Amino acid sequence: MRGKFWQSRLLQGQELVIALIGVALAIFFGVYSSAFSSVSNLSTLSSYVAPIMIVGIAEVFVLTLGEIDLSVGEVYVLSPFLVVYLKDAGLGVVAGTIVTLLICAAIGCINGLITVHLGVPSFITTLGTVFALQGIVLLSSNGIQINPAGAGTIANVLGGWTYSSILWALAIAVLGYVIFRRTTFGLHITAVGGNQTASGESGIKVGAVKVWCFVLCSLLGGFVGLLDGYRIGSLNPGTDGLVLMFYGVAAAVIGGTALTGGRGTMIGAAIGAIVLGVLEDGFNIIGINAFAYQLVLGLAILGAMVLNVQLELVRSGKGGGVYGSFARLVLRSRRAGRRPQEQGSS
Amino acid sequence: MTEDAVAESGSREPVMRVEGITKSFGAVKVLRGVDLHLEAGEVLGVVGANGAGKSTLVKIITGYEVPDGGQMYLDGKPVQLRSVQDARSHGIETVFQDLALVDQLSVYHNLFLNREMTTGGRLRFLNNRRMRDDARRYLHDIQVDIPSVDVPVEKLSGGQRQAIAVARATRRDDVKILLLDEPLAAMGAREAKLIIDLVQSLAKKRGVSMVVIDHNYTHIFELCDRVNVVEQGRVVLDKRTKDTSLAELTEFMVSSYRQQIEEDSA
Ligand SMILES: Nc1ncnc2c1ncn2[C@@H]1O[C@H](COP(=O)(O)OP(=O)(O)OP(=O)(O)O)[C@@H](O)[C@H]1O
Ligand SMILES: [Mg+2]
Repeated sequence: MRGKFWQSRLLQGQELVIALIGVALAIFFGVYSSAFSSVSNLSTLSSYVAPIMIVGIAEVFVLTLGEIDLSVGEVYVLSPFLVVYLKDAGLGVVAGTIVTLLICAAIGCINGLITVHLGVPSFITTLGTVFALQGIVLLSSNGIQINPAGAGTIANVLGGWTYSSILWALAIAVLGYVIFRRTTFGLHITAVGGNQTASGESGIKVGAVKVWCFVLCSLLGGFVGLLDGYRIGSLNPGTDGLVLMFYGVAAAVIGGTALTGGRGTMIGAAIGAIVLGVLEDGFNIIGINAFAYQLVLGLAILGAMVLNVQLELVRSGKGGGVYGSFARLVLRSRRAGRRPQEQGSS
Repeated sequence: MTEDAVAESGSREPVMRVEGITKSFGAVKVLRGVDLHLEAGEVLGVVGANGAGKSTLVKIITGYEVPDGGQMYLDGKPVQLRSVQDARSHGIETVFQDLALVDQLSVYHNLFLNREMTTGGRLRFLNNRRMRDDARRYLHDIQVDIPSVDVPVEKLSGGQRQAIAVARATRRDDVKILLLDEPLAAMGAREAKLIIDLVQSLAKKRGVSMVVIDHNYTHIFELCDRVNVVEQGRVVLDKRTKDTSLAELTEFMVSSYRQQIEEDSA
């Protein structure tokens, strides 16, 4: 029991820090402008947060392996177009949606197979997929903006209704958490990311675990593409999927997922997404100059990541530097309640 | 248990035998036809210079590497191991030289890695509480001393990590063949004694047959019934430990080392 407490405390550490930053930001924007705390802003905020959260969850699967999926954003751009094409080809919207999701999963499967069996680093594999998918979208659409395939109930359920995206995002976050922390598969993701050889020697099918993670990542990318298609109400073939992908990776990393693999947190990614959403929405509301906004957002992400890395370094006893001191303070305050023998090694 | 096992295998087939095992990595011929057998309840020591191919042999017997040629027999029957899981289903357990631990995972998750206790049938939800309790009980029983089963193994000392790796391989009740690749390398005298006792009690009480790789000949003579010397991918000496001595074995190794140098320079 005692040990469980110890472990859960440590993990919640990074998640807690980023959550506190989020709350601080929300208070700041709330005080600065009453528009931020208005009900109507809640829907705007949701629309910022939801896609980042889902892509963040998606990326945690691959980042924890020590891999990355750069193409998840292009799958996001492609998927609503696919539903339209399938409808034009005579398929119903429901059937078309299902087939689309299968195609998205297949794209992830290809990413995974190339990475695992041909030994191409996933950064390169999925970079290739980025360009390939961009080409497919532009060619097939002739670069022309179109409307999403569905209407009525299905559109409303899949992102059309104001809060449906954020509800999906939260549900996916919970599901992601359960898969990641409560199932054998989830444990094996961390194991493979932490020590691939050891995992293989323990009989884990390393390749299969990796391919499945790419499949899940792409599948979620395709799904969030559908949500945003119905929310926005039109499909733009020129959308830059890389932006959303990087937001997702940023959400995962500032939430406590290690880019080097072996450590991931779904809750952290969800909170990271909320923080990024709050930043973007807040800056919009207080009317920061668009250029300054990019700069500040960049610095904010950088700062959060530095803190994250430093927290980890300090925890494993290697930490130093200015941020390190801050991180050490954060850790110490959290450690105050613990019993002596549990404090040991850091 | 031991007596039963002996009675059953009246024909005295070795529990495990390999014949003419070869293995190359690229252009490097690591194993050049290894013949080796392991009797029921026996502890076999395997010694040899660094790079002789001992670990490679272990990885083949445990299904992690596939040999290029040769045949393996279990209880006299030819088998083709396709995976580590496959070997486990035959009762083969291994402590790899690199220990095969995942630093980021807790002690108990490492102990149960890829053999997790689960609930929910096909969904395979982790039963963390049972694994934690079991791990704690087992480590206590075999007197492995660690701060808590919840700490990630990266926080343990080298000897503690080694103890966890040994504990993982010996935890199962139905283990028949245990392969130990330098299980004592990082251990202090007290911990080494602990593992030696554990290994000996497994051999005596449960009739587990073992292969022990160790560069420390004192350990070999303490633990093993028989010793094999591997040199350049072949078994070049096979003796009962009671028919040889520390001095003789050392002399053999040194002289064959000299011979090798002469061959190389010729
Ligand atoms: N996966 C691999 N790829 C390429 N070469 C390998 C591989 N595994 C082992 N080797 C080579 O095979 C040879 C034998 O290695 P092995 O680990 O079996 O030796 P060993 O007898 O266990 O040595 P030690 O006593 O140092 O543990 C070495 O030359 C090693 O470089
Ligand atoms: Mg070795």
